[in-house]
Amino acid sequence: MEDISLVTVVLMLPLVGFFPLVFVRSLTDQTIRWLTLTVSIITFGASLLLLRNFDSNQAGLQMVTDWEWISAGSFTIRYFVGVDGISIWLVLLSTFIMPLAILFSFTSIKERPRLYYALLLLMEWAMIGVFIAQDLFLFYVFWEVTLVPMYFLIGIWGSEDRIYAAIKFFLYTMAGSLLMLVAILWLGNEAGTFAVPDIIAQIQSGELSFDVSTERLLFLGFAIAFAIKVPMWPLHSWLPDAHVQAPTAGSVILAGVLLKMGTYGFVRFNLPMFPEASRDFAPYIAVLAVIGIIYGAWVSYGQKDVKKLVAYSSISHLGFVMLGIFALNSAGIQGGILQMVNHGISTGGLFLLVGMLYERRHTKLMSAFGGIWAAMPLFSGISLVIVLSSMGLPGLNGFVGEFTILVGSAGSDVLSIWFTVFASLGIILAAVYMLYMFNTVYMGALDKEENRRLPDLHWQELWALIPILIMVFAIGLQAGYFFDFMDNSVSQLVEQVSGSVVATAGR
Amino acid sequence: MNFSTDVQASIMAILPEILMTVLAIAVLALDLVWSRARRRDLGYVAGFGLLAVALIVLLVGGPPGDETSDQLLLGGMIRHDTMAQIFRVMVIVAGGLSCLLTMGVSRLNVRGDFYAVLIVSVIGGSLLSAAADLIMVFLALETLSITLYLLAGYLREDVRSSEAGLKYFLFGAFTSAIALYGLSLLYGFTGETNIYRVGRALATGGLGDAPVVLALGLITVGFGFKVSAVPFHFWTPDVYEGAPTPVTSLLSTASKAASFGVLLRFLLAAFPPPELLGSLENVQDYSQLWVQLAVVLSVVTMTLGNVLALVQTNIKRLLAYSSIAQAGYTLIGVAAIATDRSGDGAAAIAFYMFMYVLTNSLAFGVVILFANATGSERIADLAGLSRRNPGLALAMTLALLSLGGIPPAAGFVGKFLLFRAAIDAGLVALALVGVVNVIIGLYYYLVIVKVMYMERSPDEDQPIPVSTPYTWALGIAAAGVLLLGTILVTPLVEWATEAAQSLYVLL
Repeated sequence: MEDISLVTVVLMLPLVGFFPLVFVRSLTDQTIRWLTLTVSIITFGASLLLLRNFDSNQAGLQMVTDWEWISAGSFTIRYFVGVDGISIWLVLLSTFIMPLAILFSFTSIKERPRLYYALLLLMEWAMIGVFIAQDLFLFYVFWEVTLVPMYFLIGIWGSEDRIYAAIKFFLYTMAGSLLMLVAILWLGNEAGTFAVPDIIAQIQSGELSFDVSTERLLFLGFAIAFAIKVPMWPLHSWLPDAHVQAPTAGSVILAGVLLKMGTYGFVRFNLPMFPEASRDFAPYIAVLAVIGIIYGAWVSYGQKDVKKLVAYSSISHLGFVMLGIFALNSAGIQGGILQMVNHGISTGGLFLLVGMLYERRHTKLMSAFGGIWAAMPLFSGISLVIVLSSMGLPGLNGFVGEFTILVGSAGSDVLSIWFTVFASLGIILAAVYMLYMFNTVYMGALDKEENRRLPDLHWQELWALIPILIMVFAIGLQAGYFFDFMDNSVSQLVEQVSGSVVATAGR
Repeated sequence: MNFSTDVQASIMAILPEILMTVLAIAVLALDLVWSRARRRDLGYVAGFGLLAVALIVLLVGGPPGDETSDQLLLGGMIRHDTMAQIFRVMVIVAGGLSCLLTMGVSRLNVRGDFYAVLIVSVIGGSLLSAAADLIMVFLALETLSITLYLLAGYLREDVRSSEAGLKYFLFGAFTSAIALYGLSLLYGFTGETNIYRVGRALATGGLGDAPVVLALGLITVGFGFKVSAVPFHFWTPDVYEGAPTPVTSLLSTASKAASFGVLLRFLLAAFPPPELLGSLENVQDYSQLWVQLAVVLSVVTMTLGNVLALVQTNIKRLLAYSSIAQAGYTLIGVAAIATDRSGDGAAAIAFYMFMYVLTNSLAFGVVILFANATGSERIADLAGLSRRNPGLALAMTLALLSLGGIPPAAGFVGKFLLFRAAIDAGLVALALVGVVNVIIGLYYYLVIVKVMYMERSPDEDQPIPVSTPYTWALGIAAAGVLLLGTILVTPLVEWATEAAQSLYVLL
C-alpha cells in the first residue's frame, strides 16, 4: 500500500465535516453553518495544492492512489483515484462552487440546518469522487451517491412542486445510470478489470476489441446515462423541474457541477474506450447538441420565470460543450472542458443572483421586477458582468470557451461546417434572451412600489459573488493558463480517439 | 462415493443445531423458573443466544476438509461445506434479530414458548442450508415450515394473525405435498436419496427430458412457495400483513435465505451441468431445464412483485411485494449458476441473501417500532418520522436504499454482483429486465423516503422512543448494511466465493 495521495486527502476532507454534523447532537445551528463553511474552504484550499503539485507536462494520471477494495475470485475492484489535465479543473470547480453555495445558504436555509449542511458535504464528497475515480465501479458508486443528497435537497428545501421534481430527477437519472451499469459490467467482464486506464490500454493495443455492434451498444450504454445528466435534447425534461424547484444552493450545485458529470463522462469514458463508435456517432450527437443549443435558447426566451430562463439556458450552453467534445479534436475538447468550468461559474452565479432576488421579493417572475438598478446598484452591476459572461462577451470567460469550441467544430474531421454555422446562431440567441431578461428585470423605470426599498447586497451575498467575478475575469483574460494544464492530456486523448481509426483504415 | 463416518466431524457438522436445541430447552426452562416480570428478558437470552451461536458458526463452523467425501456426513444427510456455513450464519442471525424484535411486541415478549418455537424454526432453516439428502431436505423444510405456521398464527385472539397462520398453513401444506411428490419421483427414477448420487444416476440414466421436467416442476412448486416466487406468491402479502411483525421479519429473511441455500445446492447436485461430473460418460444435461425455468420465474417474479408494490398503502404489504421482487432478483443469480464455473453466481446469491437478511430485519424493526408507537401500519402515517425520530428515519432510509440498490448500502454491491454474474453467464437480456425492475422498485422505495422526510404530520412533535433491545437489533442490522456495502465487502465476497466454489465440487 502506497502513501495517501493529495487527491485522496481532498476527497476525504468533506467527510471530516460530515461525520460530526451527523453524530454530534449538541452543535448549535450557527456552529453547524460555520463548521460546514470552514470545511468547504479547507477543501478548496487543499484542491489548490493539487494545482501546485500538478505537472502539466505529463499526459497521464497524477497523484494516484491505487488500493485494492473488493477482490473476489475472478475480478478486482480498486479504490483507484487520480487527476489528469481533464479532471483537475472539474475537481477545482466542485470545491470552488461549494463554499459559495454554503455561504449563500446561511440566510436562506432556516429549516433543519443540520441535515441540510450534512447533505451538502456528502454531495461535495461524491462530486469530487466522480471526477477523480479511475475505476468504473468506484465511479459508478460516486455517480449514484450524488443522487441521494440532491434528492433530499430538492425534496425538503425546494419550492411548491418539490416532491414531484425530486422523484423525477432521481428516477430519470437512475434509469440512465442502470443502463450504464450493465455496460460497465459487460465491459469489465470482457476486459477482466474495471480500471479505466487498463481498459483503455487494452483497447489501444488491440488486446481487447469488440465487433462494431457490440462497441456501439456499449457506447450507447454509457452515452445515454451521460446524455440524461448533461442533459441533451431530448432527454432534458427533468432539468427545468429540478432546477426550478430546487433551493438556490441546490440549483447552483446542480448547474455548476452535476451537469458536468455528464459531459465529463463523455470525455473520460466514451471517447477513449470506444473510439470507433465515438467517430461513428459524432455527427448524430452533434446534431442533438446543435438542436439543444437552439432549442434551449429559444425556450429560454419564452420564459416568464427568471429561474426557468436560466435553467433552459443551461441546455443551450451544454449543447456547446457537447459540440466541442464531439468535434474530436484538441481545440474542440479543450474548449469543451473550459466551457464546462465557465458554465459552472456563470450559471452558478446566475442562480445565486436569482436566489438573491427571490429572497427579497419571494417571486421569480420577471414581470414583478423592472428598474431595480436604481434600487440595488451594486447587485445590478455584478449581475451585468455575470450576464455578459454567460452571453460570451469577449474578455470574459464565456467567450473563450465558446470561441474555442467553434474553432474546433469548424476544423473537425467528423463534423461538417454547418454545425458551426447553426451553433453560432445560438450565440446570437443567447444575447437575445439574456439581454431581454436584463432589460426587463434591471433596466427601465422603477415603477413598482415593492421594489423601491429593496436592500442591496449584504456581506454574505457579496462574498458569494466576488469569487465568481474574479474567475470570470481570470478565465476571460488568462485562458492560456487554464489550457496549459489540459494540453497534454487532451492531445493524448485525441490520439486515442483517432489512432484506432487509422488502424481500422489500414486493416 | 462413501460418506465419512468420523464421529468428531459428524458432531461438528450439526453443532449449530445441537447448540440451538440446548438454547431452546434453556429458554423453556427459564420460562418456568423466572417470574413473569423477569420473563421480559427471555428475548435477550434467545436473541443473544442465537447471535452467539452465529458467531460460533462463523468462527469454527467451517468444513472439515476440502474433499467432498469428508464433507458428506451422517450417512450423507448433511454436507458440511462453506456454503452451509455462510447460509447457517445468515439464518441464525436473522433468527436472533427476530427474537430481539419480539421483545417489543406485547403479549409475545413474555412467552418462552414463542421463543422456543422460533428457535426450532431456525434449526430447520439451518439444517436446510446443509441438507444433502432428499429426506433431509424434506424434513428440514417441514421443520422450518410447520414452526412458521405456528408462529404466524401465534396471536390467537388477533383475527388477522389467525387468518395468516391458517392461510400460510393451507398453502404450505399443499405445496409441500406437491414438492414431496417430486422428490419421491426422483427417488423412484434413481433409487437413491442422496442428492449427489441422484444427480449421477439421473445423468447416466438415459431417462429423457419428460420425467425429469415433471420431477423438477413439482419440486419447484415447493421451493417457489418458500421463496415466494410468482406464481406461488399469493400467500405472501396476506401472511406478511397478518403475522406478528417479528415473524414476518423471520419469514422474509431466514426462511427465504435457507430456501435459496438449499435450492442452489439441490439444483447443482441433482441436475448437474455435465462438466461437473468429471469422468462419467454418456451423461445427459438437464441443467438447461432449470436454467430456463429460473429465467422465466425470475422475470415474472420481479416484474409482478415490483408492479404490485407500487399500489400498496400498508407498509407491511409493500415490504411483502418488495420481498417477492427481491426473490426475483435472486433468481437471476440462480439462472446464472449453471453456465458459470467461477462460482460468481452462487457467490452473488450468498452475498445478496446475507445483506438482504440484515436489510429486511432493519426495515421490519422500524415498522414494529412505528406500529407500536402509533398503532398504524399505513405508509401515509409515516409522515414526519424524520422529525419524530431522526435515527429511525435514517435507519429506514438506509434499509430502503439497500433494497433499491443505491450505494453505499450493501444492496448495491449485491445487485452489482448478481447482474455481473448474469452478464458473465451470457444472460444480458435478463440483466436488462432486472435493471428495468430496479428502476420501478426505486420509485416505491423513494416514496416512503419522501413520506418520512418531506411530508408533515400533526403528530410530528411526539418523539418515538426506542427501547434497548431495539437499539441492539437495529444497530446490528444497520451497521451490517452499511459496512457490507463499504469496507467489509471483500471479506464477505471472498467467503461467499469460497462457499460457491465448494458447491461446484460434486464428487
